[in-house]
Amino acid sequence: MAIDRYSHLKRLEDESIHILREVVAEVSNPVMLYSIGKDSAVMLHLARKAFFPGRLPFPLLHVDTTWKFRDMIAFRDETARRIGAELIVHTNPDGLAQNINPFDHGSSFYTHIMKTEALKQALDKYGFDAAFGGARRDEEKSRAKERILSFRDANHGWDPKNQRPELWNLYNGRVRAGESIRAFPLSNWTELDIWQYILAEDIPIVPLYFAAERPVVERDGQLIMVDDDRFRLRPGEVPQNRRVRFRTLGCYPLTSAVDSDATTLADIVAEMLVVRTSERAGRLIDHDEAGSMEKKKREGYF
Amino acid sequence: MTAAALKVAAPPSDALVDYLEAQERKGLLRFLTCGSVDDGKSTLIGRLLYDAKLLFEDQLATLERESRRIGTAGDDIDFALLVDGLEAEREQGITIDVAYRFFATSARKFIVADTPGHEQYTRNMVTGASTADLAILLVDARHGIRAQTRRHAFLASLLGVRHLVLAINKIDLVDYSAVRFREIAAEFEAMAGKFRFESRVAIPISARFGDNVSSRSAAMPWYDGPTLIGHLETVPVDDDRAEKPFRFPVQWVNRPNLDFRGFSGTIASGTVRPGDRIAVAASGRTTTVARIVTADGDLAEARAGAAVTLTLADEVDISRGDVLAPATARPEVSDQVSATLVWMADQPLLPGRPYLLKIGGRTVTASVTAIKYRIDINSAFEHLAARDLKLNEIAVCNLALSGPIAFDAYEVNRATGAFILIDRLTNATVGAGTLSFGLRRATNIHWQALDVTKESRAAQKGQKPAVVCFTGLSGSGKSSIANIVERKLQAEGRHTMLLDGDNVRHGLNRDLGFTEVDRVENIRRVGEVARLFVEAGLIVLVSFISPFRAERRLARELAGDDTFIEVFVDTPVDVCRARDVKGLYARADAGLIRNFTGVDSPYEAPENPEIRLDTTAADPEKLADDLIALLRERGVLG
Ligand SMILES: Nc1nc2c(ncn2[C@@H]2O[C@H](COP(=O)(O)OP(=O)(O)O)[C@@H](O)[C@H]2O)c(=O)[nH]1
Repeated sequence: MAIDRYSHLKRLEDESIHILREVVAEVSNPVMLYSIGKDSAVMLHLARKAFFPGRLPFPLLHVDTTWKFRDMIAFRDETARRIGAELIVHTNPDGLAQNINPFDHGSSFYTHIMKTEALKQALDKYGFDAAFGGARRDEEKSRAKERILSFRDANHGWDPKNQRPELWNLYNGRVRAGESIRAFPLSNWTELDIWQYILAEDIPIVPLYFAAERPVVERDGQLIMVDDDRFRLRPGEVPQNRRVRFRTLGCYPLTSAVDSDATTLADIVAEMLVVRTSERAGRLIDHDEAGSMEKKKREGYF
Repeated sequence: MTAAALKVAAPPSDALVDYLEAQERKGLLRFLTCGSVDDGKSTLIGRLLYDAKLLFEDQLATLERESRRIGTAGDDIDFALLVDGLEAEREQGITIDVAYRFFATSARKFIVADTPGHEQYTRNMVTGASTADLAILLVDARHGIRAQTRRHAFLASLLGVRHLVLAINKIDLVDYSAVRFREIAAEFEAMAGKFRFESRVAIPISARFGDNVSSRSAAMPWYDGPTLIGHLETVPVDDDRAEKPFRFPVQWVNRPNLDFRGFSGTIASGTVRPGDRIAVAASGRTTTVARIVTADGDLAEARAGAAVTLTLADEVDISRGDVLAPATARPEVSDQVSATLVWMADQPLLPGRPYLLKIGGRTVTASVTAIKYRIDINSAFEHLAARDLKLNEIAVCNLALSGPIAFDAYEVNRATGAFILIDRLTNATVGAGTLSFGLRRATNIHWQALDVTKESRAAQKGQKPAVVCFTGLSGSGKSSIANIVERKLQAEGRHTMLLDGDNVRHGLNRDLGFTEVDRVENIRRVGEVARLFVEAGLIVLVSFISPFRAERRLARELAGDDTFIEVFVDTPVDVCRARDVKGLYARADAGLIRNFTGVDSPYEAPENPEIRLDTTAADPEKLADDLIALLRERGVLG
């Protein structure tokens, strides 16, 4: 099922390629944040198209919290090998030394140390002045106001009042030393667009998106997969095998599964068309309070 | 091959395929909503998302909870809460930035730019309008047309938005009155006729209760026009960009190996095929398109909007920023242009001050040489004289560029007639503009090549030319030190010239005052004069307050970085004030002198001067010697 040259998906693809090329042309040291999920898969696919027949003109960066699903890590390494990309993996060494984990420290503190701080460390360490991210404007309210090129000060802070107006398709990627740009080539894609594109272009994705029997526990109304023996069961909890899949992927103790029989991409799209909860509902981190994503962004979370 | 990829093999069901294909065929309409605060923009957008069944259960639950907690619609759902995204604005109850929303109906997909209506936010509206094909202008039926409405209609028209909808909202609050609706619609027609919209439609709606939004209102049997959604689904969106002449701004030169050299970019307008004869707009060189390369294989044709890579039949010098066009239908090329500017920064635009101008993939230095007139969007769009441009002001200007750009008039081609202006120090986007025409053809003007050069003139004098620029507050000691330095250099047999701020103001710059605008022009002229003296091979000493970094940077660029020496005469303002040799601080403090640097006009200290002279630590003779030592070190004194 190839995509039509004048279709909606083609329009989105063209726009994303334009953004990818523009940022690479304007900055001196770009990187792509590769978080292994479906959005990253699409973004990476688009980047390969943008610079074809050349190679990717930037490395991939994965911020590894050490709590990702094992399948994600295997998929990440296989992808980098398959396309011959340079892959940088960074874990916050301080967080690691102090054994910061989602069980003892709560999702929000853990995320701050192992994701937000870790990302800043990695960007500073390599001096990246632009980082591509796979965020979409339809994901969450505070994202709707995000620019395609989002400006971050030398502390990686995001000031909603200090963003550059973006007109036409003229993007301003200029930064001073220490400052950086987060660029979002998928800004105008919706979740349905992402799945349709994966289907049309046959893009490989992590098997966790497909339904299979997996060991889960039900906790506070959410299904959490027991991916390894670091999982701390509460008294009375016994992992049960259930046919589940994931709509969004992150750290396994913080990502909830849904009951599903979808074993093909077409099934996933079909299921998506009738679901009644938004994809972020599967990410426990956003539930803390209204506006929580905005707070995280101000602190430098992607 | 991964497990995931293998699974695609199972064929999707027919119903799903049909559905997906229908999705694919849908057209896209980008529109923006504008209106004054409280006219109901947020409520309308929330309503559109709600009616399009775009809300998930968890979002609805949050919405109901928040409506009860902070809503303004009584016991009903407050749709505005769906879209008022940022915490800061939710607390203040106003929308402060452009937000983009997505929804679809069975006929079309939509991207909505939600632009806030607060008076000072012209810049947001301009941003939203730059990519929109249609504008929904909301008015509150109780208030009718207001100054904002006219302003927004003007801006939409200026930015080339093709279709306009006047949504007369809160019609429930005027008892669904046909009379009131017609009155407002007529008043709008009388005013909107002046603007260039392809279509104009007025629709009576209630965003809160949904009347005439996606379904017809039973309360308004007298209304027989389309619903708002009905109109959005049918207004023509056919893209005429493909019919225009081919324009290809080169974004990136793709050169993975010696055998491949491609030019990547997005086709701004027109159509291209292998074999087409094309020209590089600026250089005039012509060649033929060899291939249209994409990751999905070569194409036989590509149209406006497509992101492709072209290879050419000949080795032609082309880099990022060049524009490729048919040899027979080329864009204008000029380094002096007439444009309409919208200013978006708190710091005013000053004529003469250099900014960066970005158009397509090309960035050049630009300065406004003349503000022809400012357009007063708060009254009857009168043309006013202006010396600078403040936040949200709009003016027709002449700009001089550091190099030629290829462009089309915005009216003719939106994709190649627009630019943004960037501040050179902060890198902020400070303005946006639409081009009208070139003031001269750059291709015909060349520098006169001269046989006697500044090097040969300087060599004759046994020195290297230089601009030694003293900057510091009034009374800091600039002139005293500059004087001593010149005396000493002359005693050494050097050829010098001293330009003193006060003296120049008696002659060359007699017509200039002390406003920011005049200060910029003052430095520009002095910079040009200094450059001529440098050409003559002289060591030029310039003693000026020169309070702004941007102008000192301009002076540096005029002189050339290697000949420019910035001397920061660093004396704290209280020391200058205590010295007050000329009695100026006393008069400024008493309000007798306006715009006095250090009192009611800012001084931006240099960040990286070549030398800093601390007058509180040493006497002027010693400081003069320090500076001369630096000149010797730099080879200025041969
Ligand atoms: N009665 C009535 N109230 C409305 C209507 N549309 C909006 N409102 C109310 O007007 C107020 C301002 O609306 P809001 O959407 O926040 O305006 P914005 O500032 O333009 O985004 C809110 O209290 C809304 O509930 C309408 O059609 N009828």
